[in-house]
Amino acid sequence: MDRVIEKVKKEEKMVIERSKMSVENLSAWFGDKQALFNINIELFENKVTAIIGPSGCGKSTFIRNLNRLHETISGAKVSGKVYLDGRDIFDHNCCDVVTLRRRVGMVFQKPTPFPTMTIYENVAAGIKLYGKKPKGKLDQIVEQILKQAALWDEVKDVLYKPGPSLSGGQQQRLCIARALAIEPEVILLDEPCSALDPISTAKIEELIHKLKQNYTIIIVTHNMQQAARVADYTAFFLLGEMIEFEVTSKIFTAPQDKRTEDYVTGRFG
Amino acid sequence: MLLLLLLLLLLIKSSLGFKTFGFGFFFSSAWDPLHDVFGALPFIYGTIMSSLIALLIALPLGLSCSIYLAEISHSKFKEHIATMIDLLAAIPSVVYGLWGIFVLAPALGGPSLLTGGVILSIMLLPTITAISREVIQAVPHNLRESALALGATKWETFKLAVFGPALSGIVGAVILGLGRALGETMAVTMVIGNRPAISPSLFAPAYTLASVIANEFAEATSEVNLSVLVELGLILLVITVIVNGIARILVWKTTGHKK
Repeated sequence: MDRVIEKVKKEEKMVIERSKMSVENLSAWFGDKQALFNINIELFENKVTAIIGPSGCGKSTFIRNLNRLHETISGAKVSGKVYLDGRDIFDHNCCDVVTLRRRVGMVFQKPTPFPTMTIYENVAAGIKLYGKKPKGKLDQIVEQILKQAALWDEVKDVLYKPGPSLSGGQQQRLCIARALAIEPEVILLDEPCSALDPISTAKIEELIHKLKQNYTIIIVTHNMQQAARVADYTAFFLLGEMIEFEVTSKIFTAPQDKRTEDYVTGRFG
Repeated sequence: MLLLLLLLLLLIKSSLGFKTFGFGFFFSSAWDPLHDVFGALPFIYGTIMSSLIALLIALPLGLSCSIYLAEISHSKFKEHIATMIDLLAAIPSVVYGLWGIFVLAPALGGPSLLTGGVILSIMLLPTITAISREVIQAVPHNLRESALALGATKWETFKLAVFGPALSGIVGAVILGLGRALGETMAVTMVIGNRPAISPSLFAPAYTLASVIANEFAEATSEVNLSVLVELGLILLVITVIVNGIARILVWKTTGHKK
């Protein structure tokens, strides 16, 4: 693992990256079926890391472990360590799961605005979990967050309409806004564009570019062009194992592993 | 269409009663088949009150039951508990009535409005529990995960992501239950006391629309008596339709902003 990081650093010829999340020997199971095998990876601060690989390779399971959502499925098990700023998220003495999920936000594949809530309420939903705020202050935060999510101009006149009345792409940006509203440090994106059209996808990718100045972003995608466009680092997963982790350009131009090469050149997957 | 035909039939059959007593019928408490003097108020009161009591007991119980079964319990007995609750719905109402006579009525101080309400609530429980559980489980899993990912606890997740989408279904369950309570005849007749009087006490006997029709239809001697009983049936139908209408409006208000 250290070797890989060294290589990464050399390749970039830049200041040493700060590791925001560090994963050690992470394995995960659904019942008896093992879905992840000894994953080791560093997720660097203020960088976008893409996880690519064919369907069923464990990439979603992997990021669902970073906010411990994997464990909520009945029969799911996990072993190994995941450090967030040097502290193990599975260690019950140091971190509770609510605080973890507040620091590590997540956006899902299908846009999931809360259907009975307005756009405004959707953005405010997470904020309200952490204590009441005066209405004026809340208004301010909602506006600021929606601007951050590049959605404000499109929704400022329909704030009190239900979330699902928006288009798919807008709904997904609303979900990003909802995740941003609780001021996370890391954002997990689980195939955020796979249900969207190209224009909406472009908007989300633009947003990812903007957001990485303030957040550490991990994006799962089965779209290799997307990984190439948005990610600084890319990890290739296959059958529950991490095959290769490199600077994105390297993964796509000079992959070390034959399997990575086969995948990125479109020979399978 | 069918409803209109039914309504028409009831209207024709009850026209004699309506002609004899007019609107006063709805507000009169008199009930004397021997002298052909009739009033509907005690029955309307009994029907609505017994149903309300039933709902007041069954709704909190049924809803918490369904939340427990759908959201909290991971026990393998969960399915069995659900099946047992479903089974409650299959018990014939006359059997409930027997149980009411031998167990519930003595415990509650004899046949009364309250006894009728409690019997009804037991009969509503499976309906409300089963349907609420279904609609709660039908709420998409990814909504729950979205709430969890925001750092919501289990209960907060329920409030945030599950209750809202499930609400219209829960209201539906309540209305279905209420419909059953309003029209339930046998079990109520056996325990409510069947006295056409309005008493402020819940422990006093009462009478419902459905019960009086069932009890007196075969024995009604005069044409006016018969026609009055049909009129009571008409009132029952109208109440049911109104309740359903209110429910529709409620459902529309909670989910209707959508489009």
